[in-house]
Amino acid sequence: MSEQEGIDIYRRRFLGNAAKASAGLALAPGIMLTELGHAKPADEAVTGQVRWGMLIDSNKCAEGCNDCVQACNDEHGLTGFDRPATDAQWIRKVKLKDRQTGHTQTLPLLCQHCEHPPCVDVCPTGASFKREDGIVLVDKHICIGCRYCMMACPYKARSFIHETLQDQMPYAPRGKGTVESCTFCVHRVDDDRTPACVEACTAENHNALVFGDMHDPSSQISQELERHSSQQIRADLQLNTGVRYRGI
Amino acid sequence: MINYGLKILLLGLLLGAAVPASAGGSLLPVIPEAQARVSETQGCVEPVDDMRKNHMEYILHQRDKTVHEGIRTQQHSLVECINCHVSDAPDAPRVSSEEHFCNSCHTYAAVKVDCFQCHADRPVSTAQKLSQPGGGESLLLSADRQPVSVTGDQAQ
Repeated sequence: MSEQEGIDIYRRRFLGNAAKASAGLALAPGIMLTELGHAKPADEAVTGQVRWGMLIDSNKCAEGCNDCVQACNDEHGLTGFDRPATDAQWIRKVKLKDRQTGHTQTLPLLCQHCEHPPCVDVCPTGASFKREDGIVLVDKHICIGCRYCMMACPYKARSFIHETLQDQMPYAPRGKGTVESCTFCVHRVDDDRTPACVEACTAENHNALVFGDMHDPSSQISQELERHSSQQIRADLQLNTGVRYRGI
Repeated sequence: MINYGLKILLLGLLLGAAVPASAGGSLLPVIPEAQARVSETQGCVEPVDDMRKNHMEYILHQRDKTVHEGIRTQQHSLVECINCHVSDAPDAPRVSSEEHFCNSCHTYAAVKVDCFQCHADRPVSTAQKLSQPGGGESLLLSADRQPVSVTGDQAQ
């Protein structure tokens, strides 16, 4: 497989009508449609038939709105210690300004859940890993807190916990001396729900965030990605991110 | 570490079996009652003797299955252990207390339990109550989001 194919597998699937006609690919969507109609049974492992992704429309992302960040903090019990340089930050709002025209826009930046994650490449213990369904996680049981992954991540998506914590959320264990980042709300995804940030954005009727299975042609995210042009941040790094942006 | 811990625990259990015989049982840990039984014939998710000896193996196995494969069955889930074995009352004991289910025996066996450096030591419902605005006194998320959960060295 060439590098270019590696970057844009999902897009090629929609563009390549000829490929769709082949028996193998025609069968795959059929299988997925029946299997993904229901939540994954709790005793079944996640599979590579699914690739979770998020599409962020920065045109719909309201300046000054922080609901996704707040929802993430509430969901995972992320508290600040009044130390902005090191406080945990799984998702943050970034403001972009075109210096020539003065046009500004905002967008949320989070772990991009790369297909080829640099954090996983550099992890000396195997704590950084990518689940079969494309969600990039830290196994904190194995993490030694070396923070190589934080250095390697082009998106500055990871945080290190400097303080002793207690009263963590039962579904979101966090502890001193380990690195953490957005999990795509993996505990919710395994329960057939959407991430907290997406829920908050939709509840506010901004609808800037769409979450779904990029391998399922009938999912909203796949259809929107097919219909509209979208971008990866730092696409030049060829990481094939799971988070895509529109309007940047 | 785990094997070491296991050996220590087994040693502790052996000693524990020996000591009460001579000391009239006064040194045995006081283990809090669970909230419920699995069935009429069985107390815990595995036979109690088995759980006393091997619970760490079950949890360890489940942990990898859950984190890496997304398998979220309840039988050997640490969260479910806590949901059943720790009261969801606001003043439920923390793991630093000997009245906490895990720590009651771990103190007795002199085995450090480090699960709760990251994991919640109290049930899901307690965490939900704490995180909901107006849902009781919030230890976790105060209104102005000031740090409230910093502690000193957590007692192990």
